[in-house]
Amino acid sequence: MFIISAIRTLWLTFLHLFHKTETVQYPEQKPYLAPRYRGRIVLTRDPDGEERCVSCYLCAAVCPCDCISLQKSAAPDQWTPEHFRINFSRCIFCGFCEEACPTSAIQLIPDFEMSEISRQSLVYEKEHLLIAGTGKVPDYNFYRIAGVATPGKPKGAALNESPPVDPRGLLP
Amino acid sequence: MNAILLSLIQAVAVLLGITLLAAGLTFAERRLLGFWQDRLGPNRVGWQGTLQIVADMIKIFFKQDWTPPFADKIIFTAAPIIVLTTVVLAFAVIPLGPFAGIMPNLNIGLLFFLGMTSLSVYGVILAGWSSNSKFALLGGMRAAAQTISYEVFMGLAVVGVVMLTGSFNLETIVAAQTRLWFVIPQFFGFLPFLIAGIAEAHRLPFDLPEGENELGAGFHTEYSSMKFGMFFIGEYASIVLISSITVVLYFGGWHGPLLPPAVWFALKIGAFIAFFILLRAALPRPRYDQLMSYGWKLMLPLTIANLAITGALMLAGIE
Amino acid sequence: MSLSGYDIVFYAASAFALLTTAIAITRANPLYGLLNFVLSLLGMAVVFYTLGAPFAAALEVIVYAGAIMVLFLFVVMMLRLDRTAIARESGWLTSSIWIIPILSGAALAGELLYGLLGSTGPAGAHHIVSPQAVGLKLFTTDLAAVELASMLLLAGLIGAYHLGRPARARD
Repeated sequence: MFIISAIRTLWLTFLHLFHKTETVQYPEQKPYLAPRYRGRIVLTRDPDGEERCVSCYLCAAVCPCDCISLQKSAAPDQWTPEHFRINFSRCIFCGFCEEACPTSAIQLIPDFEMSEISRQSLVYEKEHLLIAGTGKVPDYNFYRIAGVATPGKPKGAALNESPPVDPRGLLP
Repeated sequence: MNAILLSLIQAVAVLLGITLLAAGLTFAERRLLGFWQDRLGPNRVGWQGTLQIVADMIKIFFKQDWTPPFADKIIFTAAPIIVLTTVVLAFAVIPLGPFAGIMPNLNIGLLFFLGMTSLSVYGVILAGWSSNSKFALLGGMRAAAQTISYEVFMGLAVVGVVMLTGSFNLETIVAAQTRLWFVIPQFFGFLPFLIAGIAEAHRLPFDLPEGENELGAGFHTEYSSMKFGMFFIGEYASIVLISSITVVLYFGGWHGPLLPPAVWFALKIGAFIAFFILLRAALPRPRYDQLMSYGWKLMLPLTIANLAITGALMLAGIE
Repeated sequence: MSLSGYDIVFYAASAFALLTTAIAITRANPLYGLLNFVLSLLGMAVVFYTLGAPFAAALEVIVYAGAIMVLFLFVVMMLRLDRTAIARESGWLTSSIWIIPILSGAALAGELLYGLLGSTGPAGAHHIVSPQAVGLKLFTTDLAAVELASMLLLAGLIGAYHLGRPARARD
């Protein structure tokens, strides 16, 4: 009978007067943000203080709203991006770029307080995005693991990497 | 001359009081709804958010007062005025306490109230028609059908009280409840009256003329600025009106032990207003055909049965 | 002859009712006509009140202005009259169409004036008719008329029920 159910609903709703409210009084009272909260995007450095980004364009490719724009530097042997730009007025903080990044360079951090008066100031350049630290993965250095040869690290010297096979050799 | 001046002052005081109360209700409703939904509601402007009303007022006054070019200008402007005027006029007959009120002694007080509520539907219908847009028209038509259906048993429900007191005079009706509130002998008159009152005030769960999720905003879709504000204030004033007339008819008006009459009256009205807000927090909106069938197939027979039983008991000499 | 407050209100309300009725019957847009008719009914209610019939005044407002005219308005809104319909309507309101209504109206007015001039009672006799008196009269001396009217309403009710049933149930 709908009258009984209506009265029951009224009573149960009335009891909510004595329940604890869920509201967080935001500016005075900060909400808890989990370490894996997806907020502002940063570019991290490896433990040696070098930029982690190798300009692979995977983040720009995976971005559903096309808010990432970057350009590999023209100089040979240098993989760092010439410019790296994120338009935060388009970003939806989905975290796909972080998933796609092979070097853990691009990371989302628990910070959402980035309101601006002017829309133009929501376009972050590389110097705004780059931070000094390593972010969520402290000991990770891409070049130490990857097979690519770098100054001071020949082929096969990377972590967990076997020495290069000589294809012309006859020994097993 | 002194009497005229006194009643004039009283009229102005009641008018101001109602408008301020209606404005304050917008805040109280948001706060209460917040608590019933485990939120806080507006609590930033002023102490505990009390100055929110002022902020809203300033905002609504500075909005662009836009009349759509396709609207019927005169009627479009007149509609919100009709709504607010009829509601405020109906307050004239409400006895606010012993010897207080503008004309509580009017010998057709109850009928005057019914007449004003039935006229207030014009504001809604004309707003819907003159906006010349489809959502507004649908809202206006719903308002017309709903108000006429619910008015029928609203009038029939109060007849029970009129039978017990033998008068349409609201002061006499209050005076007759010194010993027993009419809600006890007339419970099945009170229930349809309250439901019809909710429907007349277009409050949830019977706010189908506005029905945000299906009609935009219903009859006031095209309204902006203070014209919308007048509909808004009118709606809240009619909540106060329905609450006070329910208190006068069924809950003994200002009668009550210990506390002064005015306090009792305010307390009772406040309880009803809170109940209206609770209804909004708790109940979903019925479908339109459900609304109509509640009205005609459940409430109307209930009121007629109540009338017949009351009449039979009175003829048999049992009060 | 001095005018009391009641008399002033009476004459003002009568003039208002006459004026709005005149406007109501000359509008091409049916909605304006209806609205002016509602105003005229409200004026009539004030006239009833000043004549000492508050019950009739209240019923005039509740039943005529508040319910029946709302239904009329409802129908007009359902028909959704556009500009062409209004233009056609105003085409019908030529001056020649007014001749017969004016003549018959003048005849009625003449009869009314003849009757009024013959009567002796003052126009604003305030003896208050209470609701009880109305009820007693309706259910004793005028019982036959009430019953006839209720028969008519019953017929209307049955007709509406028949028309309102779904088509399959009707045959």
